[in-house]
Amino acid sequence: MTTDVGASSLSPPLALAQDQGSFWMPPQASAAASEVDWLFSFIYYIALFFFALIVILMVFFVVRYRRREGVGPQQVATHSLALELTWSAVPTILVILIFWWSFTGFVSLRTPPENAYEINVFAEQWRWEFTYPNGHSDDELHVPVDTPVRLVMHTDSDDVIHSLYIPAFRIKMDIVPGRYSQVWFRATQVGEYPLVCAEYCGTGHSDMVTIVAVHEPGGYEKWLELADPLKRMTPEQYEAYAKDPQAFTQANPEFEGLEPPWQMGKRVFTKKGCKSCHTVDGTPYTGPTMKGLFGKQEHLADGSTVPVDENYLRESILAPGAKIVAGYDNVMTPYQGRISDREIAALIAYIKSLRE
Amino acid sequence: MFTPATGDNYLNHTRGIGSWLVTLDHKRIGVMYLVSILAMFMLGGLFGLLVRTELLTPGPTITDNPDTYNQFFTLHGVIMIFLVIIPGIPAALGNFVLPIMLGAKDVAFPRLNLCSYYLYVAGALLALGSLAAGGLDTGWTLYAPYSTQTKSAVFVVAAAAFILGFSSIFTGLNFIVTIHKLRPPGMGWFQLPLFLWSLYATAVIQILATPVLAITLLLLVAERTLGIGIFDPSLGGDPVLFQHFFWFYSHPAVYIMILPGMGIVSELISTHSHKHIFGYRAIAYSSVAIALFGFLVWGHHMFVSGQSDLVSMIFSALTFSVAIPSAIKVFNWLATMYKGSISLNTPMLYGLSFIFLFGIGGLTGLFLGALATDVHLHSTYFVVAHFHYTMMGGTMIAFIGGIHHWWPKITGRLYSQLWGRFACILIFLGFNLTFFTQFIMGSRGMPRRYYDYKELLPYHPEFHALHAASTIGAYALAIGLMLTAVYLLHSLFRGRRAPANPWGGSTLEWQCSSPPPHDNFATPPPVGDPYDFEGIEYDLQAGGYVRHAPEGPARVTTPGDE
Amino acid sequence: MPDTGVGEPHAAHEHPPHLAHHFETPAQQFASGKLGMWLFLATEILLFGGLFCAYAVYRANHPEIFDVGHRFLNKYLGGVNTLVLILSSFTMATAVYCAQRSLQKELRVCLALTLLGGGIFMAIKYVEYHDKWKHGLLWGTRYEPHMDEPGHAHDQVKSEHTSGVGGSAEPSIQAPATAAASAPATQTAADERSTIAPATIGPRGLTELPDEESTAEHPTPRQVHNVHIFFGIYFVMTGLHGLHVLAGMAVIVWLLIRAHRGHFGAAYFAPVDLGGLYWHLVDMIWIFLFPMLYLIR
Repeated sequence: MTTDVGASSLSPPLALAQDQGSFWMPPQASAAASEVDWLFSFIYYIALFFFALIVILMVFFVVRYRRREGVGPQQVATHSLALELTWSAVPTILVILIFWWSFTGFVSLRTPPENAYEINVFAEQWRWEFTYPNGHSDDELHVPVDTPVRLVMHTDSDDVIHSLYIPAFRIKMDIVPGRYSQVWFRATQVGEYPLVCAEYCGTGHSDMVTIVAVHEPGGYEKWLELADPLKRMTPEQYEAYAKDPQAFTQANPEFEGLEPPWQMGKRVFTKKGCKSCHTVDGTPYTGPTMKGLFGKQEHLADGSTVPVDENYLRESILAPGAKIVAGYDNVMTPYQGRISDREIAALIAYIKSLRE
Repeated sequence: MFTPATGDNYLNHTRGIGSWLVTLDHKRIGVMYLVSILAMFMLGGLFGLLVRTELLTPGPTITDNPDTYNQFFTLHGVIMIFLVIIPGIPAALGNFVLPIMLGAKDVAFPRLNLCSYYLYVAGALLALGSLAAGGLDTGWTLYAPYSTQTKSAVFVVAAAAFILGFSSIFTGLNFIVTIHKLRPPGMGWFQLPLFLWSLYATAVIQILATPVLAITLLLLVAERTLGIGIFDPSLGGDPVLFQHFFWFYSHPAVYIMILPGMGIVSELISTHSHKHIFGYRAIAYSSVAIALFGFLVWGHHMFVSGQSDLVSMIFSALTFSVAIPSAIKVFNWLATMYKGSISLNTPMLYGLSFIFLFGIGGLTGLFLGALATDVHLHSTYFVVAHFHYTMMGGTMIAFIGGIHHWWPKITGRLYSQLWGRFACILIFLGFNLTFFTQFIMGSRGMPRRYYDYKELLPYHPEFHALHAASTIGAYALAIGLMLTAVYLLHSLFRGRRAPANPWGGSTLEWQCSSPPPHDNFATPPPVGDPYDFEGIEYDLQAGGYVRHAPEGPARVTTPGDE
Repeated sequence: MPDTGVGEPHAAHEHPPHLAHHFETPAQQFASGKLGMWLFLATEILLFGGLFCAYAVYRANHPEIFDVGHRFLNKYLGGVNTLVLILSSFTMATAVYCAQRSLQKELRVCLALTLLGGGIFMAIKYVEYHDKWKHGLLWGTRYEPHMDEPGHAHDQVKSEHTSGVGGSAEPSIQAPATAAASAPATQTAADERSTIAPATIGPRGLTELPDEESTAEHPTPRQVHNVHIFFGIYFVMTGLHGLHVLAGMAVIVWLLIRAHRGHFGAAYFAPVDLGGLYWHLVDMIWIFLFPMLYLIR
């Protein structure tokens, strides 16, 4: 998870959060964080007090009443109702206080405001996909600062349980197959923070790490607008871009900094989850590697061979079951309807770039 | 300096390995349990070390396959929970000590007792067989629907846990009936040593909670093999129902684990302070209270699973109620030490370690029972550290302390106090280094069950050093435990012969010889206040403590706590 | 089942023959065995308790599944089975009575009758299972309802069908619904659906309503989703209970053998008593299962 993967090249790179948080807690980047941290400190000092009391008494007794020659135990009471009641009542009162504050904090964590901005979250083994109101989907969560945001989350009913956890926001919510769940927050501090999966979900559990980027006022709208340049281009613009990316960006200053198709393909490769099954360094994984794939003769499970060209790649993306490579299972999701032609073209450009 | 071997005892009553395999003697069954459980503890510890070693550096350390790591932590959990901590104290030490403390000749159902040992062996073999069947990668919690989808050996491990559940039920059943029906005349409920109160409370949970685990595992296996659709969301089932079922057993199960540990600590603190336990009834009742409350709090494992906020609120409130009886116990132990005469023997050091470590484990439970902070801390290393402080720092430390306490009684030999104290301190320090660092990582946002943390390092560079420190601590802990094994084994061959009462204990097991005779007591012993230290003094000639009771038989009628 | 420590080879001098060495008196031994058995029965109840909870959760959330599913069960066969088990409980209780009074021959007869009751129960259960199997009325992934042999005598679906409207395009699966429709007073549309309102966010999932196109007032298995869950629960509950019946029959066989050898009498009848307790529990569980699964309406 480095800054060059994911965030569109057109958006200004966000600095790492400067705030490293306190000794116990990560940075406070949401409205709920300070509330939760206050409760944490409250419990912390209560716990510290009792722990110190217990340990000091224990050490003192061990030293003061250690076994010595000729000195036996002293005859003292073997029980005391007053003492028992005291050390039952004091903790009882304290835990009632803790419970009350924790409950009120919990209610506000769980109740999103009416006007919250809504972003859809899709989790699956083992990636995140965030879909924004304009239809753009991305593998990173981008949000505006000081705006209540509600995440509506789901996963496929044949997937497993995931859990969205943003430590800097102090929020966490399970995503259970077969039902939608929601979580909300109001980010208060511009910066980038980790967003992780907190419910064990199998092999790639520790790969389900991405970022949440909190934009300064106005920054989010700009990011969203520029997030997907492929989608933003008119057919004519796209044609010009495909023909000569460099000339196109020079001629169209609003696309300044636009990447060539193969780099765009690299983003798509991440965004669409290809990399959870296909490597680009030559090692076979769940699916064949992309390195050196283009132009070679692929051996299929039925014994035949097929040349890897644009048509084969396109078919393998849209209907992967049509031609199964020898040694692999037919497990890939068909991308028919889930990927645009422009994205496929970018992917093919990327795979071509991995020829040697 | 060697006292001659005592006459007939349970170890030489009959000879040959065959006489052990079919024995109905609760002491021998306890010893067989102890050996098996310690062997499993070593194996589980090995998997724990593998987990820690993998996390020493970011990226691959000893394996580049996340599935292998996932199997490490799963097997560590399954072995430690089902094969070590749950059976640990009751089946090994409880089996040995319970009838003797009671003044009985055996448990109520000796053959059932042997049966539950063999069920344990069968369960252990099956659980290990899962390694051959491809291992298990679901975590010990076996959450659906991951456990209905994974290709690993869920069936084998579920069968193992099912069988182990019956072993546990039978042990609990045996203890309840023994305590109810085999008390000698004159022993009322309040003349029971506190260890027996805790075993009784534990047995109640074993009987009432374990069957629910059994049915949960049956449904899980049916889901996997037949696809009955109760837990599988793709068939319309509800995976959160599995969590409710699972924790309905597994939360009470953590009290199956900790209560006997608390019982042992009550014995350790009183015996080695040479002073009557303070607040006998409060400690006894708090064991029962913990057992009952334990059934009402399972939902606190699901604050972020999507159960309703109202339900979460109720479970959170009930969870805090467990804090009170735990606090009562700790304060009573401290009051027992007050104005005592404290011998810093190895068992006492373990007792003190328990108070320290369980203190941290219990108090950090407050952060997790509180709703708003739990949302942040749930499923992080904070939780991992919390339950290791209670399960390892609590139960296992008490278990090891109990082994040291009753070792002379079980084996008839004394071990080196010097090495014992040294190993205890090493274990204590290693443990804190391993797990205290995990509290810091957890509250700073390190999720649990992560094979790799390199993607978090740009935001949390401190995770590297903390993980490394934790791993170093784990090795120190392992060295301390191995050292313990070495000097204990050494004592078997070279240790001094143990007197009947090496510590000055006041409960009945110290009245019979070490090791105890085959039938424990030829006639039911006189029964009185189990914590009456009056007249127990060191006797040079006996090499141990002897009770100089002026009016011995009169004690029969002494009431427990007044 | 807990042993009572009896039969342990022990050089009993003044001991009664069945008293184990660690007990003081036969009364203490008997009381221990009895307490142990009750505790064991408590674990059995909790084992089924888990299933009852699963049943309650699904029944409360999705009553329509149970309403549709239970119509495929044959309540006459279920009723006969209930009667058989109650009778066998009676013969078992009589067996205990006979053992206490050393009535050897009567004891053997009563045990044999109890065993026979268990056997009849299992035979009827087999007929029921076979019927479900043939019509694909199975759990989860195996749920493929069809009716290939409309003339089958045991088929409740068929028997109700003949009195019903019939002539449906889909006789197999419409049958119970149309049959039920012929008695419209028995149901209202409102409680055909899940009582849970559709989630405010997210898919309707299990709470989906019957097809708009369907003119029938009452949902059919094809319209109600996840009827297979009913059969999943049905097979797990009755299957586990069936296993318990078999275990109980094994215990009775063992008791019969010992009774033949004349082991039991007024001085020693604990195994018969404890075996009886177990058999009554098995009977009791069925008495709960029968209305829960067969008699929903």
